[in-house]
Amino acid sequence: MNPDITIKVTDREGTLHEILAPTDMAMNLMEVVRSYELAPEGTIGICGGMAMCASCQCYVKSDHELPEMGIDEDMMLAEAFHVQDNSRLGCQIAITPELDGLEIELAPES
Amino acid sequence: MITTDILIIGAGPTGLFTVFEAGLLKLRCHLIDALPQPGGQCSEIYPKKPIYDIPAYPEILAGDLTGKLMEQIKQFEPGFTLGERAETIEKQEDETFIVTTNKGTKHQAKVVAIAGGLGSFEPRKPPIPNIVNFEDKGVEYMIREPEMYRNKKVVISGGGDSALDWSIFLTDIAAEVTLIHRRNEFRGALDSVEKVQELKDAGKIKMITPAEVKGIIGKDKVEGVSVVQNGGEEFTIETDHFIPLFGLSPKLGPIANWGLEIEKNAIKVDNALDYQTNIPGIYAIGDVNTYPGKLKLILCGFHEATLMCQSAFQRIFPDKKYVMKYTTVGGVDGFDGTRKEAPKAVVKKID
Repeated sequence: MNPDITIKVTDREGTLHEILAPTDMAMNLMEVVRSYELAPEGTIGICGGMAMCASCQCYVKSDHELPEMGIDEDMMLAEAFHVQDNSRLGCQIAITPELDGLEIELAPES
Repeated sequence: MITTDILIIGAGPTGLFTVFEAGLLKLRCHLIDALPQPGGQCSEIYPKKPIYDIPAYPEILAGDLTGKLMEQIKQFEPGFTLGERAETIEKQEDETFIVTTNKGTKHQAKVVAIAGGLGSFEPRKPPIPNIVNFEDKGVEYMIREPEMYRNKKVVISGGGDSALDWSIFLTDIAAEVTLIHRRNEFRGALDSVEKVQELKDAGKIKMITPAEVKGIIGKDKVEGVSVVQNGGEEFTIETDHFIPLFGLSPKLGPIANWGLEIEKNAIKVDNALDYQTNIPGIYAIGDVNTYPGKLKLILCGFHEATLMCQSAFQRIFPDKKYVMKYTTVGGVDGFDGTRKEAPKAVVKKID
């Protein structure tokens, strides 16, 4: 079985990227975006994935069922900028087979 | 003018450990950091979070790591310029460098080690279109002199510890304190939240939640802010000051203009040798540097700091002979006169 899923990412310049993400490497969405360098180093995943900086905020555009938002993520988004109803922190979304076809857009840097 | 052997920019774990390795070589260090306390990200972002990959510490809290490093370097008497950001660097004719901070403090050193992590922590500015026009005209992103708010009307926005703590603090000084947050819930220490509740019930803090400041009103200075509460109509609150407290985020900042080779928001260094930058005498260590295979790990920063100090020593004392000595063999001689050494073996005859 192919452990990779396809994700569509619109970067901060508006360019759409269709990328393959492994489901067997314990990666999260922020890390996948970084591994493809879709946002400059130092502008995404600043806190390393602790839900403590919101630099990996993204807008979820497809209707995939996502892991429920934890308290840390919820409170971080309460203080982040450019937040929409479909905002999530990429670092809190683990790459699983269920997310195949996920579409997201990176929120502006702040 | 502060003079030292190695001027370290950034007082995170890598910068702090540099003091130890330099001290073994009898080199003195001074550190500059934009944050008011040492520890860098470990103190500012995640002091209560555990780290599992510090050798010999199966688990250590980031804040405790900072404490242990401070203890380890104490005898080498590092100097600190805290709460100031390194702004400019000038190479002198005698090959030394002068680094000046945003507050004008000057430092002179033979070697500069940039251990700046992801950069200096700057307040996060809310995306309010006209906010920059009011900076220092009633908009402050951090509170430096609480006295300036005496008998003034103040609006604070944010939902974390600093928003809560300053709201509490300013009730005794300001004429009126309003706290605005996008949620009804706050992320802060429990007693801060309870204290704000108390002050709110006593009518000393006005709370507007869930709400957001959308605009700033005023001619030459802040006269009010426009607020939207719970998706309703925009309304105005009269105020003399607007203090958005949304935490800090690191920016490479002025270092980017020092003529150093930059790649991917990091400083390129020679990893085959000594982590020197393209400017001889300026080194970059820890998360701030980049080279093929770079990993942004504290333990890698420690290693880089150690090699960097050897190179710095050779630069400062080109003619001195030196070989690396184990601390177990040589002990640790502090600049404060203390000495740590392995206990001598006991030799005693058994009759």
